[in-house]
Amino acid sequence: MFRRRAQSDPGLPPVSIRFEGRTIAATGGETLAAALLAAGEEVFRASPVSGAPRGPFCLMGACFECLVEIDGMPGQQACMTIVRDGMDIRRDRIVEGEE
Amino acid sequence: MVGGGLVGLAVAYGLARRGRSVLVLDEGDEARPASVGNFGLVWTQSKGLGLPAYSAWTARSARLWTDFAATLAAETGIDVRYRQVGGLHLCLNEAEVEARTRFVAQMQSQMVTAGVRVEMLDRAQTRDLAPAISNAVVGASWSPLDGDANPLFLMRSLIEAGQTQGMRRRTRQRVAAIRPGDAGYELELHDGTRLSAARVVLAAGLGNAVLAASLGKSFPVRPERGQILVTRRMPRFLGLPTSLVRQTDEGSVLLGDSKEDVGFDYGTTPEIGARIAARSIASFPVLRTATVVRSWGALRVMSPDGFPIYQTWPDLPGLWALACHSGVTLAAAHAGPLADAIDGGAAPAEISQFTTGRFDVPSARAV
Repeated sequence: MFRRRAQSDPGLPPVSIRFEGRTIAATGGETLAAALLAAGEEVFRASPVSGAPRGPFCLMGACFECLVEIDGMPGQQACMTIVRDGMDIRRDRIVEGEE
Repeated sequence: MVGGGLVGLAVAYGLARRGRSVLVLDEGDEARPASVGNFGLVWTQSKGLGLPAYSAWTARSARLWTDFAATLAAETGIDVRYRQVGGLHLCLNEAEVEARTRFVAQMQSQMVTAGVRVEMLDRAQTRDLAPAISNAVVGASWSPLDGDANPLFLMRSLIEAGQTQGMRRRTRQRVAAIRPGDAGYELELHDGTRLSAARVVLAAGLGNAVLAASLGKSFPVRPERGQILVTRRMPRFLGLPTSLVRQTDEGSVLLGDSKEDVGFDYGTTPEIGARIAARSIASFPVLRTATVVRSWGALRVMSPDGFPIYQTWPDLPGLWALACHSGVTLAAAHAGPLADAIDGGAAPAEISQFTTGRFDVPSARAV
């Protein structure tokens, strides 16, 4: 379980996002990966090979473990995306043959 | 050992296993080594047209690879993901099939001598091995001796295995010059530090040209750029490598077969990336919706004819200079029979022609 270590900058507005239909309160300026981890969400997707759960690892854009679907767009890096109010996030999936 | 890439590490590990005291000087990531940018094939089927000894040497290494990978795993616990599952070179039209058939026929006698089986497959036979191919694939050449490995795990395991055997390694050590000294050789590092060694192996890739020049010798190597795209991890669709597309056991797909002469520029270009992607998609329709997460360029270390150089000079005793563009494929031979030769053992018959002397006369070009 992750906790925020410091108070957020009071100048940053609270934002509301949704993950798999669940509403999550986040803080403007933080990354989507940080917001989801702080809300207790650690499984961002499943390995397409083994089906094993996957979540953020490097938190700096290198490992591509934190991919999620944002507002219908699959394969987005949660650790490189700043939260926006109203973001609708789903666990990432690869559907073969999908255009 | 001047150079801590796959060539230097494999030989250094081999020498350390033979009880030699080895110090590896590694320039580090600034050198942009081919060892961390390559495609990871262990490949025999296209190697050596014009120099049968290179076919034989490559085949020997491929046959040593199974034991080599098992030994590394036992010594380090690192599985370098070696798979000897055969390899395909796909042909996308009749003209390509014809050209490849001619090439395989030209190679036939030297491949038989080397013990490598290379066959042309039709579409149905290719599909048996790679069910995900498109109908655009007309045929393929195939060798059961081919396979692939993870070059990054290979590098890590060679470092760990070598260190277990007493090999020492210093990083961020760029050797600026080398000259004969009182007891062997004196190496001058970029920061002015001097080191001396009784015996020296130069395995600095493209840097060998400069190091050899500091000894008054010619060592002709030039960069040849290859670009690689890698996709996000995908469900497995390909169980054996092709010369253009390979899927790792983690599901990532590497794409790339380009060859460009652009000097020391290791960048990428949209034109080449698009060409690689288009041909990959034409070969495997499942890639149509793949997401590319990264691309990079890396520089192959090429001699004038593309074959390896393992050089000694009569007036420079105890000094070897090595270069090749197949550091993964040849790693097993480098850690085994080549390390034996450098350690003073008999030189394997295959490598007697891997000297710069062959450039003094007109010779065949590598394919």
